[in-house]
Amino acid sequence: MATNILMPALSPTMTEGTLSRWLKKEGDTVRSGDLIAEIETDKATMEVEAVDEGILGRIVVPEGSEGVKVNAPIAILVDEGEDVPDAVEAAPAKKAEPAPQTAARNASDQDASNRIAPARTASSQTASGQTASPSQAAPAGKRVFASPLARRIASQKGIDLATLEGTGPNGRILRRDVENAKPVAPEAAPAPRGAPVPGAAPAEARRVPNSSMRKVIARRLSESKQNVPHFYVSVDIELDALLALRSRLNAASPGEGDGQFKISVNDMMIKAVALALRDCPGLNVQYTEAETLHFPEIDISMAVSIPDGLITPIIRQADRKSLREISAEARDLARRARDGKLKPEEFQGGTFSISNMGMFGVREFSAIINPPQAGILAIAAGEKRAVVRGDQLAIATVMTATLSVDHRAVDGALGAKWLNALRDIVQNPYSLVI
Amino acid sequence: MDKFDLIVVGGGPGGYVAALRAAQLGKNVAVVESTHLGGICLNWGCIPTKALLRASELNHQLHNLAEFGFSAEKVSFDIEKVVARSRAVSRQLSRGVAGLLKKAKVRVFDGRAKLAGRDGKAHVVAISKDGKETGRIAAPDVILATGARARHFPGLEPDGDLVWTYREAMVPKALPKRLLVIGSGAIGVEFASFYRNMGAEVTIAEVADRIMIAEDAEISGLAQKAFEKQGIKVLTGAKVGPLDRKDGTVSTRITTASGTTDLVVDKVILAVGIVGNVEDLGLEQTKVQIDRTHIVVDSFCRTDEPGLWAIGDVAGAPWLAHKASHEGVICVEKIAGLDPEPLHPLNIPGCTYSRPQVASVGLTEEKAKATGRKLRIGRFPFLANGKALAMGEPDGLTKTIFDAETGELLGAHMIGAEVTEMIQGYVIARTSELTEAELKETVFPHPTISETMHESVLAAWGGALHF
Repeated sequence: MATNILMPALSPTMTEGTLSRWLKKEGDTVRSGDLIAEIETDKATMEVEAVDEGILGRIVVPEGSEGVKVNAPIAILVDEGEDVPDAVEAAPAKKAEPAPQTAARNASDQDASNRIAPARTASSQTASGQTASPSQAAPAGKRVFASPLARRIASQKGIDLATLEGTGPNGRILRRDVENAKPVAPEAAPAPRGAPVPGAAPAEARRVPNSSMRKVIARRLSESKQNVPHFYVSVDIELDALLALRSRLNAASPGEGDGQFKISVNDMMIKAVALALRDCPGLNVQYTEAETLHFPEIDISMAVSIPDGLITPIIRQADRKSLREISAEARDLARRARDGKLKPEEFQGGTFSISNMGMFGVREFSAIINPPQAGILAIAAGEKRAVVRGDQLAIATVMTATLSVDHRAVDGALGAKWLNALRDIVQNPYSLVI
Repeated sequence: MDKFDLIVVGGGPGGYVAALRAAQLGKNVAVVESTHLGGICLNWGCIPTKALLRASELNHQLHNLAEFGFSAEKVSFDIEKVVARSRAVSRQLSRGVAGLLKKAKVRVFDGRAKLAGRDGKAHVVAISKDGKETGRIAAPDVILATGARARHFPGLEPDGDLVWTYREAMVPKALPKRLLVIGSGAIGVEFASFYRNMGAEVTIAEVADRIMIAEDAEISGLAQKAFEKQGIKVLTGAKVGPLDRKDGTVSTRITTASGTTDLVVDKVILAVGIVGNVEDLGLEQTKVQIDRTHIVVDSFCRTDEPGLWAIGDVAGAPWLAHKASHEGVICVEKIAGLDPEPLHPLNIPGCTYSRPQVASVGLTEEKAKATGRKLRIGRFPFLANGKALAMGEPDGLTKTIFDAETGELLGAHMIGAEVTEMIQGYVIARTSELTEAELKETVFPHPTISETMHESVLAAWGGALHF
């Protein structure tokens, strides 16, 4: 019997994605577990695995299609010798599965609406309540009812119908709903630079449609700045001891082969932050309306810059991992992040973030909290500065680190205490290797 | 004193529909009707005039059979029988309304209703018959659906004998030889068409610079041409002088831009608008606002007095039965705590059942232009439509007006055979907010005159196929 293959949700927040590539052609035999297509979301590229067997009767969504809604039919699977039905609607639905989610798949068979679970959601016993992160609120693949006129005006104005509340019959979106909505794209482009040339038409700004990642970054960070009362605490940390330790450690690496390693300052800072959180766990928390969640595990999200955005892959239980493990893991995650190959559970659900801009030579900066976490540490460049030791001027390699904290969950004194703990660890770095 | 959930004053197309809807929603409802269930629409308006117009179309066809290869001699009619049939249709429908109300367990009170203060939170309604109070009922909500009546002008007062309103015009004892119709709205034009097709000499005098002023100017121009072709004399920009009634005739002088016309006719029909029935309802002691004989209401038919509602003609233009009925439903659903959609005036179709028929919805070309929007306008003549030709109805036009940017159907205007039955297609399009894309995609049955609706849309967007 013909079945629909539906656009899978690769993450709970995913509402649409790009069908970047078909790995099977129409007429190909498909076996359960075969990879049939590649799907790109705001954050990752994933392969989609077939659940059922059959012949790929028709590809409904051609490759390269953007904005494919979750649960929209992307292909029709038929039995050998069966005619391909004309109407997609006629075929009952079978969801395709993202390939890497083998563990989650059994659960998904029982509950199709929750078929993809990031690791932290699946292992909810580790921290009950954490799954209720605000970023997971949007129901994936909701069908939007709108009048044809409303659809047309929305597309002309660049308004996403999914963001509107319909006031028509049964919540149908009507023209008035679209006309009352504020356009997402600014009506007028900012004035072009340079003096206007008299008589010449003003130069048009180049219009670049926002990628789905840009939209997610915009939405999540706006939410954070609007809803999370940030406060900031800065401290100067001397790095000489840590740099010296790093040189000695790296000198111990074998010249080649599997055991080779090269610890970076960033790797050491991940471990240092994790240890500071263990010493002072009041920052390893999440604020919710009813209660504050204290997480027993310390999972550090590290901001990685990727083309047109950033992503925060996670070093889980970083306090319990060796520098060598952290280094290898961070390198692998960063590489796969840049390739768009991260799995959802690899970037969803950390407990604290680090943003390191040291390599750009900045003196200091403050970061926006990555909700629902309660804190993020902004690490600037280490540079030689004059420091006062006793009554003597001396030269030290100093780094300014700025902590951003959710004041709903953490007060200033605790933030300062934590930063001092971090400074002690970095300036006396042996705890990083013990 | 009997207590109800809802009292409806007036049993016309607004009131009785409101009562039926309220009964459906489980309300205990009373209707107070002074004269006849079904109101003007059913007894003295829409329905009996359609019966008359049907008879006049038959008369026209019987005198134009040669085109179809027929011949008939000594074709004649008995005006009394024509009128009798029209009355019979009205009676049948009025009885039907009574049956519907009975089945819905709506209590119908025979008499005039007048608000008589409050009993606690409920409005008290006093009912009287022949000037004597026959009872009092009360309900927290009262819907006023008292309708409207013909407007009178100083110097042009009707007398029921030589100078008629719609009321007398509907039940002629004899066919007038010469007739003057003052006013060219739907009512005036329909009577002009009826009497002309029955054989009378008809003159229409319209004070505005064109007839059927509510319609698109192009359509009203086509209507005027069609009427003139049938032998109706149409005077626009016309001021009618005093009506001189003498020896069973009426003489008057009509002044237009091109001069004066002295006219002697047997009958005059006044069709110069209507006034709302707001008198003697006890509104003085309420907060109800009245603006030029109409009760002021909001988009859910609420008056300024809590618990008092008004629908239909008494609540303002357009004075159309279907508007009244729809308001009745909206009003009752609002009272019942549902969440109805308010009535959108531009989605109310207007129909005139003259020969040719005229039907429209939305903005005229003139009003569409005034919005400043870029327009796309399509026209398709009946002359290019197979069914219209086969029917012997080649005179007609379907005109559509779109917003060029959004594809919104701003207005649709039709003149010709059967257009009153077809306009609903465009009304659905407007109500559902369809664009030209869906109308273009729609498969219209062949052969029908409705194909002109499709072709007109195609014409607006780059080319009709058959013209």
